[in-house]
Amino acid sequence: MLTIALSKGRIFKETLPLLAAAGINPAEDPETSRKLILPTNLDDVQLLIVRASDVPTYVQWGAADLGVAGKDVLMEHGGDGLYEPIDLKIAKCKLMVAGPVGFKGPAHGRLRVASKFVNSTRAHYAAKGQQVDVIKLYGSMELAPLVGLSDVIVDVVDTGNTLRANGLEPMEHIAEISSRLIVNRAAMKMKHARIKAFMALVEAAVA
Amino acid sequence: MKDQRWILPEGIEEVAPPRAHELEVLRRELVDLYATWGYRLIMPPMVEYLESLLVGSARDLDLDTVKFVDQVSGRMMGIRADMTPQAARIDAHHFHTDAPVRLCYLGTVLHARPDAFGGTRSPLQVGCELYGHDGADSDAEIITLMLATLRATGINDYFVDLGHVGIFRGLARHAGLDTVSEAALFDMLQRKARPEMSDYLQGRVTPGNAKMLLALVELNGAASMLEEAAEVLAEAGDEARAALAELQELARMLSRDNPDVNFHYDLAELRGYQYQTGVVYAALVPGVGREVARGGRYNEIGRVFGRARPATGFSADLKTLMVAGSRLNSVENVPIYAPADSDPELRERIAQLRASGESVLRALPGQHGGAAETGCRRQLVRSASGWQVVDL
Repeated sequence: MLTIALSKGRIFKETLPLLAAAGINPAEDPETSRKLILPTNLDDVQLLIVRASDVPTYVQWGAADLGVAGKDVLMEHGGDGLYEPIDLKIAKCKLMVAGPVGFKGPAHGRLRVASKFVNSTRAHYAAKGQQVDVIKLYGSMELAPLVGLSDVIVDVVDTGNTLRANGLEPMEHIAEISSRLIVNRAAMKMKHARIKAFMALVEAAVA
Repeated sequence: MKDQRWILPEGIEEVAPPRAHELEVLRRELVDLYATWGYRLIMPPMVEYLESLLVGSARDLDLDTVKFVDQVSGRMMGIRADMTPQAARIDAHHFHTDAPVRLCYLGTVLHARPDAFGGTRSPLQVGCELYGHDGADSDAEIITLMLATLRATGINDYFVDLGHVGIFRGLARHAGLDTVSEAALFDMLQRKARPEMSDYLQGRVTPGNAKMLLALVELNGAASMLEEAAEVLAEAGDEARAALAELQELARMLSRDNPDVNFHYDLAELRGYQYQTGVVYAALVPGVGREVARGGRYNEIGRVFGRARPATGFSADLKTLMVAGSRLNSVENVPIYAPADSDPELRERIAQLRASGESVLRALPGQHGGAAETGCRRQLVRSASGWQVVDL
């Protein structure tokens, strides 16, 4: 049995053609089905529908053999015990620092940064040699600078429309983000032939 | 806070009956098994001066060691996080011989941080080390002993993954990478992040070297893969080629000695890269998403103790092995219930039973609960012919 962990929404939609190239088609649509384990046209392949930030955890513990996770999620998670052999080049965006238009830095004291990517944020500012206060949020980061909760935010930016609509602008580029195929270390070895064949088909479809 | 006094610190666990007994039976069997292979038991201390606990080892081990100041000497002491450096110290200092020394150990270690899996911080480490021989024969012996350990714990379906740190190390040197880029590349290789590696190598090394370093990601599979590797790495320099030849020799030996075992080779697998110097390996079990035992060669570790002896060994967490194994351990001896009676004949009968290996639980006057409540299934009853053991 091959178990693949995916998150709903954009990643699922953009992964479907790649799965199809490997001969895998889900038997149900996760947007309408309430099932969390989706069967596929192949008896020995199933899909797990989990939150995007949980995908590395499922794969790391071996609850899923494979998964599709954004580089943003992997950077935040640390990626211990995982392989990330293929850049699927889907769900592309950028991890950026954004702040109010024309923001030049805090008048006094440390810079306050709101983000759900606290580890990546710390690593980014540590590499710049700057000590900052990181405020952990779970969503709607754009709000934080507007109400004075933070000076800037670190978030993934696609079109930048949400930033502009809230009077913010991109300030620094941290990393290019795209989704990766991730593989459990033990599964890669114990289901070697099956996974290698799957990976070859997916890689051909990406290129 | 008051009602949570019973809570143990995160990652610290206790073992209660009947599992504690099973664990103890297993522990005895393993020590006996190692003795039949000529491995002698050592009992290193729980705490030591930090400099001897951390010799020649990785930064990870430093962060994993709980440290405090010794009130007597004023020096830093640490609670062991790994018993391997202790075994190396004992080998270097205790045995004044150049002949091979075989040691085994079993004890609790403490990790300052839980591992990435949020698992235990106090594994029951069991392991064997072989000092004084450099070559595939001693590696093969240790690996075969590791497999015997797995079988003794009831793990029959396992899988062994082998690599050699000298291949990547040699290639990195051959390509002229400095330590910083070697470390960055090592991190990517551990994640098999081929796209990242490819970007990183661009312009840093010659195309030929880049091709060989990238090939490591793909060079994994059964022993036959090693021949393909020899072709791909034909221009990899003497160091990497010698390492590959070592791995090939070990592969031949292992498949000869263990024809039924699934050996898998992966040239990108570099467990314990910072202190390992040769072959590295791990045992995996289906359904457990992580390795259950691991080991490798670490030839330099004894140098700080004055003697750099060749060394190879494996270790595992006995509690993990027990969970992964399906072994039906000998159950605890179910005790026989003896009533609170001062009859000297009863006392004699109890002594007899105990001497024959039976467990006898003597009731205390006025105690709550009888034979059934104390978990007995048989009891001693007075009869015409003296005290008899009868079923409840």
